[in-house]
Amino acid sequence: MTPNEVAAAWPVLSIITFLPAAGAIFILFLNREDTELIRWIGLGVSLFVFLLSLYLPLTFDASNPALQWVEKGVWIKSFGIQYYMGVDGISLLLVLLTTFITVICMLASWSDITDRLRAYMALFLFTETCSLGVFMAQDLFLFYVFWEAVLVPMVFIIGIWGGKRKLYSAIKFFLFTFVGSLFMLLGVLAVYYYHGDVTGLYTFDSTILALTPIAPEVQYWVFIAFFLGFAVKVPMFPFHTWLPDAHTDAPTAGSIVLASVLLKLGTYAFVRFSLPLLPNASVRLAPFMIGISLFAIIYGALVTIAQKDIKRLIAYSSVSHMGFVMLGIFVFNIEGLKGSIMQMINHGISTGALFLLMGMIYERTHTRMIGDYTGLFKQMPVYGVAFLVVALSSMGMPSTNGFIGEIFVLIGAFKASWLFAVVVAVGILLGAVYLLWLFQRVFLGTYSYTGRGTLQDLNFRETVTALSLMGLIFWIGLYPRPFLHVMDASLNRLVNQVEENYRQAGMRQNASKATAMASRTVFTPVKGSGR
Amino acid sequence: MELSALNINLFSVMPEILTTGLAIIVLIVDFFLGRKAKPALGYLSIIGLLIILPVAAMTAETAPSFGGTVMSDGFSAYFNVIFLIAAIFTILISMDYLEKTGIERGEYYHIILFATVGMMVMASANDFINLYVGLELMALSFYILVAFRVESSRSVEGALKYFVLGALSSGILLYGIAFAYGASGSTNLGEMAAGLGSGQDPFLVLGFILIIVGFGFKVAVFPFHVWTPDVYEGAPTPVTALLSIGSKAAAFAAFLRVFTVAFPALQPQWSEVLWLLSAATMIFGSVVAIAQKNIVRMLAYSSIAHAGIILIGLLVYNDIGMAGVVYYLLVYLFMNMGAFAVVTHLRGDAGGVMKGENISDYSGLVSKRPALAFLMALFLISLAGIPPTGGFAAKFFILSAAINAKYYWLASIGVVSTAISLFFYARVIFYMFVREPEAGVEQPGTGACYNVVLFCTAAGTIFLGIYPTPFIDLAIKAVKPFFM
Repeated sequence: MTPNEVAAAWPVLSIITFLPAAGAIFILFLNREDTELIRWIGLGVSLFVFLLSLYLPLTFDASNPALQWVEKGVWIKSFGIQYYMGVDGISLLLVLLTTFITVICMLASWSDITDRLRAYMALFLFTETCSLGVFMAQDLFLFYVFWEAVLVPMVFIIGIWGGKRKLYSAIKFFLFTFVGSLFMLLGVLAVYYYHGDVTGLYTFDSTILALTPIAPEVQYWVFIAFFLGFAVKVPMFPFHTWLPDAHTDAPTAGSIVLASVLLKLGTYAFVRFSLPLLPNASVRLAPFMIGISLFAIIYGALVTIAQKDIKRLIAYSSVSHMGFVMLGIFVFNIEGLKGSIMQMINHGISTGALFLLMGMIYERTHTRMIGDYTGLFKQMPVYGVAFLVVALSSMGMPSTNGFIGEIFVLIGAFKASWLFAVVVAVGILLGAVYLLWLFQRVFLGTYSYTGRGTLQDLNFRETVTALSLMGLIFWIGLYPRPFLHVMDASLNRLVNQVEENYRQAGMRQNASKATAMASRTVFTPVKGSGR
Repeated sequence: MELSALNINLFSVMPEILTTGLAIIVLIVDFFLGRKAKPALGYLSIIGLLIILPVAAMTAETAPSFGGTVMSDGFSAYFNVIFLIAAIFTILISMDYLEKTGIERGEYYHIILFATVGMMVMASANDFINLYVGLELMALSFYILVAFRVESSRSVEGALKYFVLGALSSGILLYGIAFAYGASGSTNLGEMAAGLGSGQDPFLVLGFILIIVGFGFKVAVFPFHVWTPDVYEGAPTPVTALLSIGSKAAAFAAFLRVFTVAFPALQPQWSEVLWLLSAATMIFGSVVAIAQKNIVRMLAYSSIAHAGIILIGLLVYNDIGMAGVVYYLLVYLFMNMGAFAVVTHLRGDAGGVMKGENISDYSGLVSKRPALAFLMALFLISLAGIPPTGGFAAKFFILSAAINAKYYWLASIGVVSTAISLFFYARVIFYMFVREPEAGVEQPGTGACYNVVLFCTAAGTIFLGIYPTPFIDLAIKAVKPFFM
């Protein structure tokens, strides 16, 4: 059976998406005293969803670039709104990342959270539903609904179980992302009406919208509207200020899901919607996007070096890492795109793991300051090794996952201009500086600890959680082929689509330039690919 | 004119007749009931309204009746359903409130019913005279209702302000109607449009500006909103709920019909005026709401901001926008009524001290009343326009109409005001969920009446967000005749 026949038989994507929400509602009806039961059901649901989502890569047809397991249904007929879900090579890995990370979150909050556990577990499962929905929705309206809805549980997670300034951080996060998203809504509506006026077909179906490119002069405005929505979530440089606060004040699992899943929503949306729908604006504004991405890489890394709070340090490192992802998208070559998607996955794994490990030590000591720790390695060797591995992967050490992503982005950057590659290389170097320096300060030297009790090394649950992430780190690092392979076909199709739309829209704008446009390609051609 | 040409069709006004009859029955029964038995009147009214509801929903004629003064079309049916549901919810949450505040008097119920009749007359009025009668019936009923807590100085203050400003605004509206009549030679909306021609008459322009002012007062548009916070705060809370939903919806129904039927020729002019009013209202309402400490005043300013957004749907002048207005008011009925039901329940003066007044009284509500806090959060999220709630769908339809009509700046202002409004809604949510509860505030349980209202409003808020199709289609069908 092909994936689409499977979807016709049973709606696998909808089941994966809405099962967590169903679990969340079930949990809300449990007795609040049964904390053990609530934990086990939370873990059980998320684990089941993860196992179910493993069905996707097993039946995925890697040679087919189109969306698979497609589900389509009319939702609001008079506005041409559909319930349209589908997964292709671009989103498959992100879907798996989401289901996997939710399991990690459940394990990470096992002993951390005792207050209002029911609501906590339910909110995490709701977050999972909404994030999965964002990665699967192919109808812009449906996409927007999930995109906004994911905010609400996350804001509550930060606001209720957060740290010292949780109220401030939660409201800041809420306002920043909400404002950006609303402008994106206007952009979506503009695309909708433009397409309707030109073709007579009013639809939010992104695959249909992408067939008729928008006139370049309209594209710029829409691009700005989309940019405001996506860039806040990524977050890109001037809009990143909510990130350190939200990450620092969120509970451990909240930070993990924020870094691993929520930041990816923005970069994924750039790839999925900005590129094919707005190719001319993307190309024209690429220098600007590249500029702020490069700036974010360096600026983020420099700010990271200066941090004294470990959680804040990891948070700022995300700004730098997401700069790599954005750069990969806008250098316009297939290596860059591939590296960028790989880097989304890697950042999800590595930074999620860093937050996880940070949470483990915070649970024991209740301090996040680098200055409060020294020589931990002697006291907690297992923890030290885990941290070292994750730190190395985060800085892109060969044989870890980080290397695969960064090398592709670096190649992509180099193809665009050697200057970009230099900046990227400096960024990678600075990454090594802050992570190794952090490791040195916290783990090396003579051990001294003045807090309560003696520090215990990782217990069984924590070791399993950390090991599962480390397994992924080495798997991607040593044998990345399956991961790269799934996205090949879809990325090639995306590249062709962008080229095609770019020329079509350009011709519509100016017939005399059409010939010049026709010979120009957006993406740097790959030698020997015959494209 | 021949009598038959008048098209006297009693079925077209059956909902109004039945509601008036119900009000009179309640009035008579009231004489025979002791003070303790007054809630019976509430149940009687609710049963009556529930019977009228299907009648009102099905009363949809295609031709005007009573000599063209009444137009009971799908549009008025849609609004009549909104009014009736609003009245039912209001009475349900009133019975406990009246007992709590010690103002159990029978006239409360039939005055609410008369106010409802006034709204219904406004929604189906096809003639300015009819419209004015409906408006005054509604307004006079509300003056009494706002002053119902006679022992409370705030209630009387609110009522006096409402009465003075309301009478003034009615006068201005009448003045505008007189100018419009002078320019066109008719008070009938359809004949008026025919008599206007190109509409370059300066008196006509003056007329429609005065009419805008009159309506602007009723729907609480900046700068005619000043009565709103005081009246909302002073009035008995269930009355505030009805005022913010029913009165606003009725005024918008009349507003919509008047401007699309009588003044389509002047559309560029009035759209321009309304553009300014809408933008100013959205920004003003949401910015000032931030500074409020009293929950009812905050909701008052929030209702001002909502009026600004609803105006967008009116001024863009296309069927999606108009349908958006109708749909928005339907959603607003559920989400705002829900929020007010929670506020009504928590508000009360125990021992002379008002409790549940301030936003800080909502601190830690979740640990004392988790279900209530959860529902309040749902209503506030919907008011803020976050999916998947009805508030988002409604806002989406209005914004989409604005983009369709190329009002990009107005849509952007709407978006910014929505973002600002998130701040004060989120603040209440955080007070409920994050802050520690303050000691010593005891919370009575919700009775069956509250539970019914809360359940229905919450279900409506969610359903209208997840599956808006049937209701938006009905709304589009209802406004179609205006664009024929």
